[in-house]
Amino acid sequence: MAHFTKATSIKDWLNQRLAIEKVEKVMASEYWIPKNINFLWAMGMVLVITFTFLLVSGIFLLMYYQPNVDLAFDSVNYTIMREVDFGWLWRNVHGVAASVVFLIIYIHMFTAIYYGSYKKGREMIWISGMLLFVAFSAEAFSGYMLPWGQMSYWAGMVITNLFSGGSLHADGLVEWIRGDYVPAQAFLSRFFMLHVLLIPVAILGLIGLHFGALRIPHVNNQDGEEIDFDKESKKYLAGDKAGSKVIRFANDFMSKDMLVVAIYLVFFFYLVFYHYGFAMDPVNFDPANGLKTPTHIYPEWYFLWSYEILRPFSTNIGLMAFAFAQVIFMMLPFLDRSPNTVPASRRGLFKYWFWAMLIDMIILTAMGKVPPIEPFGTIGFYAALTFIGLWIALPIITMFEKKA
Amino acid sequence: MKNKEPLILAVVVFFTLATYYLVEPFAHSIMHKHFESEGFAYKDLPAITKKGNVARGKELVMGAGACTGCHAITSQGLEAPMNAVTAARSYGVNPPDLSNAGAVYDAKFLDALIKNPAHALMVEHKFTPESGKSYPMPKFYGAGGNMDQEVADMVAYLQSIAPKADKLTPAMAFETACGRCHAVRYEKWTQIGEKPEYKKKRDELEFNIRVLDYQDSLAKYMGTLPPDLSIYIRSRGEHYIKTFVENPQQYLKGTAMPRVGVNAEAADKVIEYLEDSGDTKRHERESVGKNVMIYIIIFAIFALLWKREVWRDLH
Ligand code: HEC
Ligand code: HEC
Repeated sequence: MAHFTKATSIKDWLNQRLAIEKVEKVMASEYWIPKNINFLWAMGMVLVITFTFLLVSGIFLLMYYQPNVDLAFDSVNYTIMREVDFGWLWRNVHGVAASVVFLIIYIHMFTAIYYGSYKKGREMIWISGMLLFVAFSAEAFSGYMLPWGQMSYWAGMVITNLFSGGSLHADGLVEWIRGDYVPAQAFLSRFFMLHVLLIPVAILGLIGLHFGALRIPHVNNQDGEEIDFDKESKKYLAGDKAGSKVIRFANDFMSKDMLVVAIYLVFFFYLVFYHYGFAMDPVNFDPANGLKTPTHIYPEWYFLWSYEILRPFSTNIGLMAFAFAQVIFMMLPFLDRSPNTVPASRRGLFKYWFWAMLIDMIILTAMGKVPPIEPFGTIGFYAALTFIGLWIALPIITMFEKKA
Repeated sequence: MKNKEPLILAVVVFFTLATYYLVEPFAHSIMHKHFESEGFAYKDLPAITKKGNVARGKELVMGAGACTGCHAITSQGLEAPMNAVTAARSYGVNPPDLSNAGAVYDAKFLDALIKNPAHALMVEHKFTPESGKSYPMPKFYGAGGNMDQEVADMVAYLQSIAPKADKLTPAMAFETACGRCHAVRYEKWTQIGEKPEYKKKRDELEFNIRVLDYQDSLAKYMGTLPPDLSIYIRSRGEHYIKTFVENPQQYLKGTAMPRVGVNAEAADKVIEYLEDSGDTKRHERESVGKNVMIYIIIFAIFALLWKREVWRDLH
């Protein structure tokens, strides 16, 4: 057993038992961050804040929500929106945060792709990040079921149908997932459980993994510079703060993080109070009705690109393309054959690949929402082919990339 | 090294807005028909040419016009000849109380309605000679004098007994114009009136049964039960509801929902009623929103000062 002495202060008492000074050093004051990073590196903190909003608002909503097909709709739209003090505020925060969190995730992802932050020891950061993306997607989808409106019901129907696997006709699997032939009480109860328990727990675990994965390789920087963290941190501690290439996480980087967070919050709360409609689809304010199919069924905006990869093809090919789209991002560190960990602007053809991928995904997103009438059907079809083509091209163009 | 952050921010904002534009305004413009309001002018209906005489109008409404044979005018002490459920059994729907009709309906529309209800209401497609059905409210064929004058008199009378525009509440407007067909459960409104608080379960069940009976007749008459409008302000939005009410046929060809003929002020009151029901906390949202925005901007200023302070030594 360790040796304990009479504590001289509360801090000392805690220090003997929890080593709080050491923890503070490891987590904050001597957690070294490169100095040459821009505001895009604050997206992690923005995500933490947004996730916290989701968690806290979700806890409040959970106190009044009723996971019952007869009560769910009114428990949200009447009880929470009208009866509960500030229930509307929690709902708007939850709904807007659920949508905006994906915008930030996409920015965060494309930042990593642009700066090559998934290579040279950072593969696990990327993979754990993509697992988080999957978990957030499942969380968003299950949450979308809960108000039990028309879009909840019909999106639930369409998406669970995908598991029949086209001509595999795995209808048994679909029924197993739904717990019924159609989305009904069993379906709502289990998606409720997934939304408030299993997936959040998984997300918390994955966040831990994601942060842990950052420790050893450190975060990347905007110039693709390889930094000797030991040497630079010594320089910093010796007092040459201006000359050192690294800064403390707290308060140095934290102060910048907070500035970005503050600016983000202005945007966020503007949406919460004045422009929340995009995050809560009007169609979902009609109660679920299994006898009345809505004219247009579409997922939330952040799923549209992958939905559009499914849609323009025949059922089986569409499903294969869809499955491809779901896993391919995860493979990025291994498909990019170039040893260069530098910004895309210095990487030859990859530079064009990056912008083409970004624009193609935006086109897919737009085409995923509009009905597949011409010319949108054709545009969507070629955008989906382009997506697949770009991924096939990636190993080839990066193999021939010159050393930067 | 040059500061690239403004450029990066511009790129992020550009792609975000482009995506937003494509999935929201653009996609919705493709998915939904859009009609502009004509300001509830009812241009297809002829203008009233005669100046109405209130006293003469009163006689007609009570007498030759036979209006009170079917409609209540409770503000004048005239109760409905039948209760709502029985009336719905005869007509399919309970004829509305006319106390507020002069304030809710457009005058030109009332004029056209009395002369030919199905035409003014744009439901002639349901009452063709082949269908064998006739509209439950009869056309007024005149009381022996100048027909245009007689109708103008009745309209003048209805306007004279109606509350002034500023006394017309949202609930009055809604009940007169929409309440006989649409329930609004969030406001406790049923087609046969506001649901009272019952102490005894039995009384409540009896009330519910009357509502169900009424709805049976209504659904048979309309071909479908008109939807509960509790949060239609969220599912359809103000613009849609207004232009839909102004002319339901332009959105849903052949629909049983009549053009109810409300005037522009009453339409605003109906919208306000639907907002009270489906967007109850909008005023609170405005005021809380303002305070939160002020707070966050102050927070952002402090964040900026802190960053400057910390980074002074780092450059
Ligand atoms: C035989 C019964 C009967 C008589 C007589 C009658 N009405 Fe009606 N009236 C109805 C019914 C039934 C409705 C509702 C019909 C519906 O909603 O489809 C109605 C609807 C109305 C409406 C509402 C129309 C709208 O825009 O929604 C007004 C206003 C009205 N009547 C006025 C009058 C006036 C004025 C008279 C006398 C000239 C009159 N009614 C005579 C049965 C009658
Ligand atoms: C005589 C009965 C009647 C009256 C009065 C009436 N409605 Fe309707 N309404 C209907 C019916 C029937 C439908 C269903 C239409 C359909 O599905 O074709 C409907 C549908 C609607 C819809 C839904 C349209 C959609 O896109 O699905 C709205 C909104 C609406 N009514 C608003 C109103 C408002 C506001 C008023 C009063 C100003 C009103 N209605 C008065 C019968 C009525």
